[in-house]
Amino acid sequence: MNLAEGVQIVSFGLLGLMMIGAALGVVLFPSIVHSAFLLAGVFISISGLYILLNASFVAAAQILIYVGAVNVLILFAIMLVNKREDFRPLPNAWVRKGLTAFICLGLLALLGTMILSTPWAISSVAGVGDQAIIVIGEHFFTDYLLPFELASVLLLMALIGAIVLARREYLPPAITTQYEQQQPVFTLPERPRDAALPGTVRSAQSGSEAPITPLRSDR
Amino acid sequence: MQLQYFLFLAAALFCIGIYGLVTSRNAVRVLMSIELLLNAVNINLMAFSSYLDPQDVRGQVFTIFVITIAAAEAAVGLAIVLSIYRNRDTVDMEQFNLLKW
Repeated sequence: MNLAEGVQIVSFGLLGLMMIGAALGVVLFPSIVHSAFLLAGVFISISGLYILLNASFVAAAQILIYVGAVNVLILFAIMLVNKREDFRPLPNAWVRKGLTAFICLGLLALLGTMILSTPWAISSVAGVGDQAIIVIGEHFFTDYLLPFELASVLLLMALIGAIVLARREYLPPAITTQYEQQQPVFTLPERPRDAALPGTVRSAQSGSEAPITPLRSDR
Repeated sequence: MQLQYFLFLAAALFCIGIYGLVTSRNAVRVLMSIELLLNAVNINLMAFSSYLDPQDVRGQVFTIFVITIAAAEAAVGLAIVLSIYRNRDTVDMEQFNLLKW
């Protein structure tokens, strides 16, 4: 074993330990905020594993998209639904957890035997290394052009769908009246749910103004 | 370094993800477990691309597609969780019984 191989194995072990430990923390920690931060640790460790596999572009994309976008999105969602509630304990929770742990360990054993018993056709050709980004670009614009364009359409659909799902449809009347007393800053009009809301009635009478309903409304 | 190490690691991450998916009661944690599952699949794809197909790296292309889909899924999933939270005032998975008959 030469030096490079030793360094590879040591860093693989460190990254693997970090990844498995952080993933267990994500699943098992009682506080959801700690889980969210540990999820970033999982993503960063996986990015290190990609660098070990000679894929620097995908490693950078992993950090940018997962740590930068998905994890921040999850943190925002935790902030928005942050209700300190203690879940009502279930009667047979330990049966469920034990059964799930048993099934997961069984699945791990099954996958392990499959990995060991399969004769993998390891290729002996030298890899492309840092030229991988050129090869990926060629793939995107030749033989994977249709999935590439479909992915863009899907991202657009997800964008619109997330906005439609997450925007607030109506406001309770108390908030609306309280908001009316101060002269409202310019906000985007929202569709009112029923015409009985005081904000929409008044603005309908005044005629020229658009129905002003504030967007932010956290109780 | 061998292919099998990476596959073992991905299998372990996948099993942890399934455990979290089934047992966690906070809806946001369920979404995090789904991210763990997708990342386990990504590690598999990258290992295959590096060891079995090093010349034209199709696994990396598929990994980028999976990352794209995962980002879209996270956005829509968190929007759904937010909308459920507004309607039901809880994020407990045990109380989401709207579709139970």
